[in-house]
Amino acid sequence: MEIPYIVDERPDTGLTNVKLGIWLFLASEVMLFGGLFSTYILLRINAVEWPQGSDVLSVPIGAFNTVVLISSSVTMVLSYAALKLDDLAGFKKYIGLTIGLSLLFLCVKGFEYYEHLAFGEVPATSTFLAIYFTLTGLHGLHIIGGVVVNGYFLGPGSAMWKTNKQQFINRIEASGLYWHFVDLVWIFLFPVLYLL
Amino acid sequence: MSESPEHVREHIRLYMKIGGALLVLTVVTVAASYLQVGVAVGIVIALLIASTKGSLVASYFMHLTGERKSIHAALLLTAFCFLVLLFIPILGHSDTTGEPMIVPNADAPAVTEAAH
Repeated sequence: MEIPYIVDERPDTGLTNVKLGIWLFLASEVMLFGGLFSTYILLRINAVEWPQGSDVLSVPIGAFNTVVLISSSVTMVLSYAALKLDDLAGFKKYIGLTIGLSLLFLCVKGFEYYEHLAFGEVPATSTFLAIYFTLTGLHGLHIIGGVVVNGYFLGPGSAMWKTNKQQFINRIEASGLYWHFVDLVWIFLFPVLYLL
Repeated sequence: MSESPEHVREHIRLYMKIGGALLVLTVVTVAASYLQVGVAVGIVIALLIASTKGSLVASYFMHLTGERKSIHAALLLTAFCFLVLLFIPILGHSDTTGEPMIVPNADAPAVTEAAH
């Protein structure tokens, strides 16, 4: 039996399966990160003392990573637009750039982690570092997830372009929505952890 | 729903402008953190800029401006639950505001190095 509404929109909701599915998934992700942001507030307002983020973390490195992630969001949306223009080569160029920028973000984050660990700054050192490693670690795992999915669409997954263009475009739209959400989370993580 | 190539190119120009605005706002975020203001004002400024950036990403990159009402409804419910999550610790904190802090074993004699 063929699964309905993979390409066509469902008449009552006006949504395809993938669009509804990714938005519900993102709603659950909001609650996941919301719980951790709530934890951050709880820990901070009850702490006897709390360090200024810029005293513990490197603001230039954090700002650089913000620029990298915003740029990756731009290339991601350009890859989707390239498909809309029937340009598979353009799509591959932009999704490849998105993956490259994602890996650069992870390398910079890894360097930051290495610097902390080299100075003996581990999650058990302070409450601030505990919540910092938890939030950025979970965000980093989401970046890795995005790299895997986008890597699949750049490689074997792109074969669908020959068999079902619209379904492939829908998949890239969903992957893009996920990626922009990951960018959105970092937009809040950067000031909360590095600047306040 | 298919769009004309010219319409898509218009969108691309918009994406580039939004990307530029996000980069400028990132610089503003960092610059604002050097302002000599109180902690509360600093938090409000930083979160206002972050919210503006977040709105731009959600509205244009995630196409929320032209999205279906069913998605908007699901996101409104999510936003409500998210706000409840954020306010739970504040409510918990206000329960004990103004009450003396009780430190366990506060009256116990201090342990000195010599005691070891």
